[in-house]
Amino acid sequence: MLYAILCYHQEDVVCAWSQEEDDAVMAKLAVIQNRLARQGRLGPVARLMPTTAATTLRKDRDPPLVLDGPFAETKEQLLGFYIVDCASLDEALEIARELGEANPGGSYELRPVALFNPAETPGAGTRITS
Amino acid sequence: MMDVDWIGAALSAARPQALAALTRAFRDLDAAEEALQEACLRALRTWPRNGPPRDAAAWLIMVGRNAAIDAVRRRRREAPLPDEDALSDRDDTEAVLAAELDESHYRDDILRLLFVCCHPELPAGQQVALALRIVSGLSVKEIARAFLTSETAMEQRITRAKRRVAAAAVPFEAPSAPERAERLAAVMATLYLVFNEGYAASGGEAHLRAPLCEEAIRLARLLLRLFPAEPEVMGLAALMLLQHARAAARLDADGAIVLLDDQDRGRWNRPMIAEGLALLDKAMRHRRPGPYQLQAAIAALHARAARPEDTDWTQIELLYGALERLQPSPVVTLNRAVAVSKTRGPQAALGLIEPLREKLAGYFYYHGLEGALLDRLGRRAEARVAFDRAIALAHSPAEAAHIRRHLDRLTAEAEASPDMPPAGAPSCGTA
Repeated sequence: MLYAILCYHQEDVVCAWSQEEDDAVMAKLAVIQNRLARQGRLGPVARLMPTTAATTLRKDRDPPLVLDGPFAETKEQLLGFYIVDCASLDEALEIARELGEANPGGSYELRPVALFNPAETPGAGTRITS
Repeated sequence: MMDVDWIGAALSAARPQALAALTRAFRDLDAAEEALQEACLRALRTWPRNGPPRDAAAWLIMVGRNAAIDAVRRRRREAPLPDEDALSDRDDTEAVLAAELDESHYRDDILRLLFVCCHPELPAGQQVALALRIVSGLSVKEIARAFLTSETAMEQRITRAKRRVAAAAVPFEAPSAPERAERLAAVMATLYLVFNEGYAASGGEAHLRAPLCEEAIRLARLLLRLFPAEPEVMGLAALMLLQHARAAARLDADGAIVLLDDQDRGRWNRPMIAEGLALLDKAMRHRRPGPYQLQAAIAALHARAARPEDTDWTQIELLYGALERLQPSPVVTLNRAVAVSKTRGPQAALGLIEPLREKLAGYFYYHGLEGALLDRLGRRAEARVAFDRAIALAHSPAEAAHIRRHLDRLTAEAEASPDMPPAGAPSCGTA
């Protein structure tokens, strides 16, 4: 079963990290990701830009309305996600717990994936590195 | 279990909203700062034990307000309020308080807090210091270090600024639309000043001042979250990100300035560039161009060029032309001249800057650019005079060293081949 681990955190807190703090968290997360990748259980991973870079298309009207900002204004924002291959919810929770130790604060939402289309997209598989 | 760094990040993220709400509650900035400081001290004591509250700002506002009331009661020998240890996010108190924080007001409260620091009556240096002290919560010591001045001098500067702001008495009522736009413009200008305090640094001071750029970017993101549909705020954030992305390549190991053309573009911060480009993209959709968007668009053209020779100078010249029409200034014309020197050659650029000579007589970059253009035209003696003037006006040892290299080369070339114009002499552009 594929699970999406959706990462919610207060982005103003994450934005207040120094570069060193950010690097330290990313390094800790990379250790876990590398292990999952070696086990063949890691799907796409994405870290999203801050919600200030987001645009929302409200398609419940015609013509759709384009709005600046995220879909919902919430205390915690969707900042990224992992797709992991797990035999059970317990396994997925175990991974989420481990990721949470490396990156405390905020919440993970675990959602079983109903349809997964790992289509090749230009730029997919390339890492944006600093 | 949280460690202290996390608490620090949570406290600084919550600070603008908490301080803005406490300032509204007490109608007094000093009282609000004192209450927030007390609340932060209590957070440092209780959060490691109890875990973080779900809404840090609401927690700080409530505890800060209680602490202030508590202090008054204690003076009156009355019963104290319940300990904040008993509070948690499962209590209704926070939810009630969060509802009390008038949602429609909190944007204007934070804007007001920012605007107080950007009051037009304050000189630029005081605006920047006050913004860093009040909104960012940096200590006087940290700010003094960034400004390369003593703690006492900085303390005095901030005290003076606060006194002026108190006298100016910015009203608490929700601002009208034109007032809000005016406040927003003043705040954007101050945030860019904060950014430039960090960006202009070089040499040994660079590592001390670079955090100012990061702080300015953080505040620009905050402003953008408050006003998500303002293209100029997007432009400002984009401009800062695109410029700061070059930070690692802008100075060499000795802190000397490396010009744009000579920078190792592999050291540019790609995620930062990507975010800047994304914000600019969003801003342009609004078709309401402004000075920050135009400057960001120019920075974006540099960021997009894989090599210096790939730079779209024609487009940059057009953008500077648009910026000149929107915000006429000899400095903008000077920048356009740099683009013109790339598209139409040094002679055309020289023709463009000659009328500016009087206005920019005391401007380092004018003489630096004039020297470089004359140099390219083989007019060495005149170039030398211009470089001499530039070096006298340099703000930092790094700027002086840069011009010194030009002068030394001119001397060497004059000795080696007195009649030959130099081939491909480096230009003097921005870094």
